[in-house]
Amino acid sequence: MADFSLARAIRGSSLKRWDSAVGVLLVVVLLLSFGFVDGFGNGLNLSFLIGNTLPIALVALPMTLLVVSGEIDLSVASTVGLSGAVMGALWNQGLTIEVIIPICLVLGAGCGLVNGLLVTRLGLPSLAVTIGTMAAYRGIAQIVLGSDAVTDFPTQYLDFAAGRIGDTFVPYAFFPFVVLLAIAVVALHATPFGRSLFAIGASEEAARFAGIRVKRHKLILFTVTGLTASLTGIFWALHYASARYDNATGLELSVIAAVLLGGIDFDGGKGTLGGAIAGVFLLGALQNVMSLQDVSAQSQIVVTGVLLVLSVLGPRVARQVSLARASQRLT
Amino acid sequence: MTVTAPNPAPAAEVPKSSGTRLVDRVFRMRELAILVVFLVMIAVTQAGNSEFLSEQGIKDLLLNATILVLVATGQSLVVITRNVDLSVGSTLGISAFAAGLYLQDGGNPVVAIALAVLLGIGFGLLNGLLVSFGQVPALVVTLGTLYIIRGIDSIWVGSRQITAADLPDGFVDFGSGGVSAVPYLALIALAVLVATAYCLRQFGSGRELYALGSNPEAARLAGIPVRKRILIAYTFCGALAGLAGALYLARFGNVDSSTGNGYELTVVSAVVVGGVVFTGGSGSVYGAALGALLLTSINSVLPALGVSSVWVMAINGILLVLAIAVDRIVALRVASALKKRNARHG
Repeated sequence: MADFSLARAIRGSSLKRWDSAVGVLLVVVLLLSFGFVDGFGNGLNLSFLIGNTLPIALVALPMTLLVVSGEIDLSVASTVGLSGAVMGALWNQGLTIEVIIPICLVLGAGCGLVNGLLVTRLGLPSLAVTIGTMAAYRGIAQIVLGSDAVTDFPTQYLDFAAGRIGDTFVPYAFFPFVVLLAIAVVALHATPFGRSLFAIGASEEAARFAGIRVKRHKLILFTVTGLTASLTGIFWALHYASARYDNATGLELSVIAAVLLGGIDFDGGKGTLGGAIAGVFLLGALQNVMSLQDVSAQSQIVVTGVLLVLSVLGPRVARQVSLARASQRLT
Repeated sequence: MTVTAPNPAPAAEVPKSSGTRLVDRVFRMRELAILVVFLVMIAVTQAGNSEFLSEQGIKDLLLNATILVLVATGQSLVVITRNVDLSVGSTLGISAFAAGLYLQDGGNPVVAIALAVLLGIGFGLLNGLLVSFGQVPALVVTLGTLYIIRGIDSIWVGSRQITAADLPDGFVDFGSGGVSAVPYLALIALAVLVATAYCLRQFGSGRELYALGSNPEAARLAGIPVRKRILIAYTFCGALAGLAGALYLARFGNVDSSTGNGYELTVVSAVVVGGVVFTGGSGSVYGAALGALLLTSINSVLPALGVSSVWVMAINGILLVLAIAVDRIVALRVASALKKRNARHG
């Protein structure tokens, strides 16, 4: 018993340390970049940095909750592409954008619901299901829009998605994101719903016996993930003023890389949203700095990969070291 | 895989021999089902377009499937151990380029193929070491090595490109030639497939892959060297991805820095359609190979029937979802049928 609680305490502390380590690393990278990288600190660059990172950050919110509860959704990028494609196709049909946006959101929630039903009703592994729907949703996007690109959305929407407030570097779109972040943080860390997600991730069986409605919780999570992905798709199409079926291809890997870097344990049951968002912006800032320093896109891929491997090896090595130390202290 | 709580296969819960035989039959039916779907698809296409099954048509079908069959064979070994290797696309790309570069400088084709396989083994070892000795989730690690290998490949290749004109004629002829309608490349893939299936079925170490996939903890307690077996599975998977890279070069003669990009998802789809379950411990390489054949054939069938190519991706995805859903429903049905039967007998 003593052994068990000791191990748990150490695991808890090393996890917290990893969360804050990523946060500290983010601050250090930002400070160094402000100090030493030419062109990093100017408003235009910062607004680019935030604007390019926002889609990843948006999708990372529900993804964190999903991974905490032990599931994953690889189809998010395809849902982003699909809602962009549907938006473009409906716009070409002459619908107004105020009608199109709700339709896209409902569609995204529907995509998420399908994933959720397949996972919860049939008990299928979410990885396999969402690899399938990843191809399916992207394929439907291709059927809907073909190889066209729709760019002529109304200017006030384009300006909102791409513009920034006055002379500051903060994009307009940052505020809706902050609101969503606040909602997600409260939901995960301050409600019974959030606590039960940790319980499900730690042990689904135990959670079920404790009276948690596991299936319903997961269904809600998948649906919200689809909804957020379609919101991101609308933002993406407006931000880059281009709706194409292949919008955001590969975004799911960036999101997962960032979330895992932020210390969300892939086995479920552990992690904080603060860590996830720190991971997202750390990757975004590093990529921005490397681009400014003329580091080629190829080398940036290597850095992302190395960070990802280190992010899973790091906490594990740290845990082993602290466990070894603790056992030394005991003997 | 570590994503979901493992669902113990219904077969494991039922000790009755008659029950096991029923489950066995269902799983063999699974491979049969893919084969039937495949044959029906081919027959319908042939009825709609009589040019489809010409000698060249059959050759193209087999050639298209060859590379995917090889990589899917390796991948299914890894998936059987309840892991996954997402870096196969990157490994294929980099070893294809390495072989091409060597041949371009006037190298020997056999050495070039060996070089590609060795490179694949190297990356497979790296993955295997990280997963088995680093004890980190396979999905995350191989996602990381997917990026790393692809990045190294892109830096190394740059904007260079290898075309068929740079390769020795013998090598290119080997890539497109064959014994009447059966390409040499397909024969290589078939030989690898049969050998792998034999080892998995007959050798103790092959059976141990299934054992540790269905319950790693029990396998460890039973004295199976879990880490070593996982390392072997990854190394084998890497080797086949490397071989597939060399054959890719022979088949298409065209390699650049994006070769094999995104291939990992096609491979995983083929494996899953073929009935190798993500939670480990079940499935066969023949199933995976049939899955690969089915997926690549759809890509030839739809254009032959005059369906626009924009439909291909959606159909592939829906097929994949259907395959795993039907699989699951059948498994549940069998489980409840067995329960009823046991209740009657017991």
